[in-house]
Amino acid sequence: MRIYLKIDQAIALKKLATDLMKKAGIKHELVGNNELSVLRKLSTDEYNKLSMAFSEYGIEFVENQKSTLVQKIKDAITEMVYSDDGPPASKVSVHLAEKLGHSYGYLANVFSEVTFSSIENFVILQKIERAKEFLMIDQMTLTEISFKLHYSSVAHLSGQFKKTTGLTPSAFQKIIRMRKNNIERQF
Amino acid sequence: MSGINHHELRADFMQNESIFVLLADDDEDDRLFFSDAFEELKMKTVVKTVNDGEELMKYLSSSENRLPHVLFLDINMPRKNGLECLKEIRSNQELRDLSIAMYSTSSSEKDIEETFIQGANIYINKPSDFGELKRVLTEVLSINWQYHTSGLNRDNFLLRI
Repeated sequence: MRIYLKIDQAIALKKLATDLMKKAGIKHELVGNNELSVLRKLSTDEYNKLSMAFSEYGIEFVENQKSTLVQKIKDAITEMVYSDDGPPASKVSVHLAEKLGHSYGYLANVFSEVTFSSIENFVILQKIERAKEFLMIDQMTLTEISFKLHYSSVAHLSGQFKKTTGLTPSAFQKIIRMRKNNIERQF
Repeated sequence: MSGINHHELRADFMQNESIFVLLADDDEDDRLFFSDAFEELKMKTVVKTVNDGEELMKYLSSSENRLPHVLFLDINMPRKNGLECLKEIRSNQELRDLSIAMYSTSSSEKDIEETFIQGANIYINKPSDFGELKRVLTEVLSINWQYHTSGLNRDNFLLRI
């Protein structure tokens, strides 16, 4: 015998989503026909598991395209700054445009729209973060760091450090050291 | 570690969440001054205010209350001052990762250093000019947001502004 099926997608989706969320033990609310509002933040692991559970039924999580692109831009910048050779010799704008396949103008617009900050600022922030690690963990000198991160001079590096953090590299170093000693004394 | 933050970011944007700011200040005029400035910023913020250090600690220690993306903490408050709150927060397992911006009218190097050593992330010399306050808050929120969403090491997050 044959059975013919007719499906009400909205009902099916609703029931399926409710069951899967219940199974995962995650509280949620259904918004409209195709949106889940999760009541707390999910860990990467939870998010991925959930996404896989849904995809078994042919349901994909749609991520906001702009924020996904921003994430890709950030990842590309972080990768650049943290590569062993330091940032590439070619300009950041050229590198990003080539890597992500969009014009730099477009990338820059999306980035500032979503983060209220600019790509240039993010690059500086990441370089200064890297400089902080070189200072604290590797005990490198400012001369070594400015060479490694392709600054034209030590003065340029310390100027950017001061502008980004409000502190000179040596004041920063002193505070972090004293803070560590302070924590050790407490525990 | 950074993976978690990436997904927090996605979750944030999916829910169109705004930046949640908690402000602790005993002075009503100052609370208004800050709240008005937050309202005029380009980024969407939700601001909750408490009137002193004791009220702050009560708010933070109740598990029903949502933790802020950033806490703005006045250093000079009666009953429990900002530094005492800071020390309590940093020695509490649940709260120690909170981003904390301390502010005061003092620009003494010693005070600023002490605040950072006790665990503040941001030290703000409180501007008396409204436009300047908006500029400062914009910068604090945008850098703080990067620390929340870009997997940066928060142990190294110091900003003096």
